[in-house]
Amino acid sequence: MKKKITCIDCPQGCQLEVDVENGYVVGLSGNKCPKGEVYAKQEIENPMRILASTVLTRALNIKMVPVRTSRPIPKSKLFEAIEEIKKIRLSRPVHVGDVIAPNFLGLGVDLISTRDAI
Amino acid sequence: MGTYDVLIIGGGITGGAIARELSRYQLKIALIEKEEELAFGVSKSNSGIIHPGTQNPPDSLKGRLCVQGNQLTRELAKELGVDFKAVGELIVIFKEEEMAELLRIKKEAEALRVPRLKIVDRAWLDKNEPNLSKKAVAALYAPTAGIISPYRMVYDLSENALKNGVEIFHLRKVIKINVMSSEKTFEVVTSKEAFRSRFVINAAGLFADEISKMVGVDDFVIKPRKGEEFLLDKKREHITNHLLFPLPSPISKGILVIKTSDGNPMIGPTAEDIEDKADLATSDEGLKKVLEGAVKLVPTISDNDIIAYFAGLRPVAGDDFIIRHEDKIPGFINVAGIQSPGLTAAPAIALMVRDLLKKSGLKLNKKLIFHPHRRRTTHLFALPFSRTKKLIQKDPAFGEIICRCEMVSAKEVRDAIGRGATTLDGIKFRTRAQAGRCHGGFCTTRIMKIMAEELKIPLTEITKRGRGSEIIKEERHG
Amino acid sequence: MDKRDLVVVGAGPAGMAAAISAFESGVKDILLLERDQYLGGILNQCIHPGFGLHYFKEDLTGPEYADRFMKKIQTLPEIEISLRSFAVNLTKGKVLIYLKPGEMRQVKAKALIMATGCRERTREMVHIPGTRPAGIYSAGLAQKMINLEGLLPGKEIVIVGSGDIGLIMARRFTLEGAKVKAVIEIQKETSGLIRNVVQCLEDFDIPLYFRHKISKLYGKDRVEKVEVTAVDTGSRFELTCDTVLISVGLIPENELIEMAGVKIAGEVNKTSLPGLFVCGNSYKVYDLVDWVTRDSAKAGEAAAEYLRDLK
Repeated sequence: MKKKITCIDCPQGCQLEVDVENGYVVGLSGNKCPKGEVYAKQEIENPMRILASTVLTRALNIKMVPVRTSRPIPKSKLFEAIEEIKKIRLSRPVHVGDVIAPNFLGLGVDLISTRDAI
Repeated sequence: MGTYDVLIIGGGITGGAIARELSRYQLKIALIEKEEELAFGVSKSNSGIIHPGTQNPPDSLKGRLCVQGNQLTRELAKELGVDFKAVGELIVIFKEEEMAELLRIKKEAEALRVPRLKIVDRAWLDKNEPNLSKKAVAALYAPTAGIISPYRMVYDLSENALKNGVEIFHLRKVIKINVMSSEKTFEVVTSKEAFRSRFVINAAGLFADEISKMVGVDDFVIKPRKGEEFLLDKKREHITNHLLFPLPSPISKGILVIKTSDGNPMIGPTAEDIEDKADLATSDEGLKKVLEGAVKLVPTISDNDIIAYFAGLRPVAGDDFIIRHEDKIPGFINVAGIQSPGLTAAPAIALMVRDLLKKSGLKLNKKLIFHPHRRRTTHLFALPFSRTKKLIQKDPAFGEIICRCEMVSAKEVRDAIGRGATTLDGIKFRTRAQAGRCHGGFCTTRIMKIMAEELKIPLTEITKRGRGSEIIKEERHG
Repeated sequence: MDKRDLVVVGAGPAGMAAAISAFESGVKDILLLERDQYLGGILNQCIHPGFGLHYFKEDLTGPEYADRFMKKIQTLPEIEISLRSFAVNLTKGKVLIYLKPGEMRQVKAKALIMATGCRERTREMVHIPGTRPAGIYSAGLAQKMINLEGLLPGKEIVIVGSGDIGLIMARRFTLEGAKVKAVIEIQKETSGLIRNVVQCLEDFDIPLYFRHKISKLYGKDRVEKVEVTAVDTGSRFELTCDTVLISVGLIPENELIEMAGVKIAGEVNKTSLPGLFVCGNSYKVYDLVDWVTRDSAKAGEAAAEYLRDLK
């Protein structure tokens, strides 16, 4: 199967044509440098994303605390992650970088605060 | 609830003026309005011009009531603390051949006793209206034209009427009217409750024909005539000194370049007869027509100056106002077809309605205590800084700025809610918050929080102009 | 009347960088005014990563980027922070009037740096024919509602404009459970980053229509649908929706300078009034905050140099 994706590694934005078989990259064209191969492999076989969202607080100085995953998580887990985040009520003060939920969704990354909330 | 002496159907400028006038007398009065707030119907789209009385046939109600209303509005504005500015109007001609028409208009207006009209020449125009097209050859100058905020006038009239005992009901749509002639009473059935009243005044704007039909008087039809208007940036406030008119067409006064009470110049309106009483859409064709007309008068206007636009519907019932007691249905007074110059004529219409009521047997005994005055609303943006400091010291909430474009404080927003605003549009019309350059980008969430606090409702129930226009779909909360 | 060496109006990324840089260049008397209850400006609502790739060589979210500067400022007593402080008037004599709850203050500054950011172009400024129901928001307002207030303004969204803010909001709405039906772009390509097209639209199969515009907006009290027209062919289709997001550009917020009759001069940060500087988005619209920091630091240096020359 042929898939068309845009490489975002650098501002060039090469339009890649990828041959995919059983979810694996078997062929590639359109990339102007080897970074395209790395990008295509990751994007097709195991796309990952940093998730940024907000957590509801209780009795803190701001209503919503912005959070993010400390490292990218599988793209397929994004909506599940959002649902988990919606369940959280943060009532203890946090600082930038503090862990709000360790080993989030068992994925080996933490959900961390990106803003102070006291 | 008991039986009212007078029930006014319609909470726009006409209903508001009548309510306030009748509140001088010992009467039990109710005003009912079908929208969430007053002035949300026809009056909302009014351009705010207080006309001198030109361009009306001498034997017309429009003409007579406009001239009378021009004077009465000035007095009313003082009593109620509404800003009125006498800016004067110029009806401009571009060809010498058009002078005959201009003189005809002048003569007709003089028959109506419009004061101090004079024809001005190119030299006068160069001096007093420098941005007017150099192609203009002369103009008819009517100094008694002025500008006012139409919705603030409605709110201030109704607030004063309320203070003087009038009961005001929102969200009451009239469904049926039972004429109980033996009891000399009307039963007005609304979407909520039924009202009983000895006299009914139909000031229902676009729907006056439908209300009238409910009592069997169907000799007129209200046809909506759409007008699209475009507001210019306040930076261009001084692009004109007077209200600029072209020669009129058979159905409208033409595309104008006017000043408004809030400072933004306005261009328009178009005049398009339509069928749908709910069609308030603006169009590309409308914009094109308005720009063409505006540029003819003031060539330096461009569409880059436009910062907002809207459409309004004129309730047209033939050529003149229909203000009459329906002898076949005693006690029912129609006040219909109140299009331009309705805003100007409103106080005079109120006096005429008062006289019609008297003639039909309503005893008018003046109240011993009537409060004619209303304290002027404080707008931070209108004050010099020397006064601002004292105000903030007296009430810190004046120093909390909610709308940065129009400099509206939290105090003013709370006051507006206290005076009856329950929607974002209601707050906008009363305070100017959300009407500035950023159109609510900065202030909307701040205003919503104040509304939730003062009205004790969740943020999801806050609307733009009543149920159905909620701003937020969901709120995340614990 | 209060007298200061340097007053900085706005404590977003531009104001903070300018204040810190002025301090590091020798200015020891700085008043930093901020209208909100916290520092950080617009970065507080930009909760997504992509900030600091150049300046810090890290991929930070907006609040994390702001935090670096906030922490620095909090260690400097020479920078006095005044929150909930709203500048309302500026004169050619560099006298600034600002309002705080309960007070009106006047301050005469030897040097002034205006870092008042920008505002969004709204529906009213681009003529979209049709009605004016509830449900039409500029992208930044929707972002504030969702990220700072926890409010979801709509469930079925059509976005006008494919600039970065519109793209970011397409993803944000989708993650919050709304359905983004389309992004409508009148140009033939996007002005936004390719990374955002991929991670905000392609990730969620949101169609992007180039060379299209909204030709009519329908809805009596709330948005009901839009008519979309291809500008080159005239062909049209309708999309039902309850929300239209407007993301068609930013306008530098310069009212205070205009009030004083001052103009922005050709060079970065300079104005026609010596000692009055402008930086950040109120000087010109930047695409990356990293460049805002870089240029605003220069404004701080320029202010310091101006003050040195005065002595």
